[in-house]
Amino acid sequence: MAERAGCEAARHDRLVEALAGGLEPVRPLPAPGIRAALWLGAALLAGLLLVAEAGMTGFMLRMHVPDLALAAVGAVLTAITAAYAAFATSVPGRSGRWALLPLPPLALWIGASGLGCLRDWIAPGTDLPGAYAVTGCFSFLICVSVPLSALIVVMLRRACPLRPNLTAALGGLAVSAAAAALLMPVHPHDATATDLLMHVAAVAIVIAVNGLAGGRLLAPSARAERSGSEPA
Amino acid sequence: MILAVPSGFPGWSLAPGSEAGQDAPRAGGRNGGGARMVLEEELAGLMVSAQCGDAAAYRALLKACLPVVSGIARAQGVRGEAVDDVVQDTLMTVHRARASYDPARPFMPWLRAITQRRAIDRLRRAGRRPREVNDPLAYEAEVDPGPPPGQGLEARDRAVALARAVASLPEGQRQAVEQLGLRELSLDEAAALTGRTKGALKVNLHRALKALRTSLTREVE
Repeated sequence: MAERAGCEAARHDRLVEALAGGLEPVRPLPAPGIRAALWLGAALLAGLLLVAEAGMTGFMLRMHVPDLALAAVGAVLTAITAAYAAFATSVPGRSGRWALLPLPPLALWIGASGLGCLRDWIAPGTDLPGAYAVTGCFSFLICVSVPLSALIVVMLRRACPLRPNLTAALGGLAVSAAAAALLMPVHPHDATATDLLMHVAAVAIVIAVNGLAGGRLLAPSARAERSGSEPA
Repeated sequence: MILAVPSGFPGWSLAPGSEAGQDAPRAGGRNGGGARMVLEEELAGLMVSAQCGDAAAYRALLKACLPVVSGIARAQGVRGEAVDDVVQDTLMTVHRARASYDPARPFMPWLRAITQRRAIDRLRRAGRRPREVNDPLAYEAEVDPGPPPGQGLEARDRAVALARAVASLPEGQRQAVEQLGLRELSLDEAAALTGRTKGALKVNLHRALKALRTSLTREVE
């Protein structure tokens, strides 16, 4: 027994020596709020480029419709809160309850988008999007999501997400909300049931892909850790 | 349950039920608070130096963390050799994640969160892996709950012999055995069924049992 304890102590000492021997200075990561702001800044930059391309006229017109404006506010708030929650949960020692933060704006976003469907029933004369426009929206959402996802995964990996699946799902939610918010300036028509369905499908795909791939991307395998830290 | 960390830090204690999160170390004993604060500040200071590349401070930090980490792992339910594996995993994660420690925040919740996660990972891995149990005595002494071999055959032989002996009795005796002995009817019921008097049934039963005893004993011999 005492022999085993001595053997384990020697094993720990070897690891401590190996880790301390290869120590390199690191800069402490900025606070989660700052990192979230950086990522949101990148998304905002993409939004400004889109507005410059598409113009503000249609966007301003749509923002006068209450449910469209509410959906836009909900999407923007969801992107902000989910990004903050993702970066907060990627730091050890922060509470997992940050994951609840994006839920109220998410409810607003989904609820207000759902109102668009009701409006379509109440006022049947609304301009319905053709299949081509819907496919365009879908591919827009996916095209915007891919670079934003890549950016947030790279940024999240710099911390140490102890719950990689939760962090990845929050990151996915932030990406899909940001993509939906970016879609607003270039959206060629009012919200409808088909439209909402396509949004939900795109959001689900982005969150699922982030959850499945991101969970693995954010959780480096024990083998990689070992080979990186164990003495040769 | 309050778990005391064995050596090095007499006043330090851990509350395992606490949220792995924003809460600072909690008060455990009468004199625990001061020593905890000293340890917390000492570890946080060492970690800041380690982030700047001070290898000696980092070595001191990791060594100071060893008993704390194994205490947290035990509080999570890790036992035996697995505690040392959790210590190793935790040290490597601490090394990889050292940039994520914010010097403005306390060190212990950061370390505790990493240790608890590594302990849970370890427990999950252990739960998935089947364990081999080597205990030959227990295997030999295991009682088979099923019926012993040949039990059904013996019972069937006995039933066949009895049926044959009953069938060979005279009519009156056979009826008395069947109604009173095998079907367990009362004397009145048997009398009504067979049309014989109760006295005749009693005599027949007595004679039948005597005859059966003789014939079955002879058969066994």
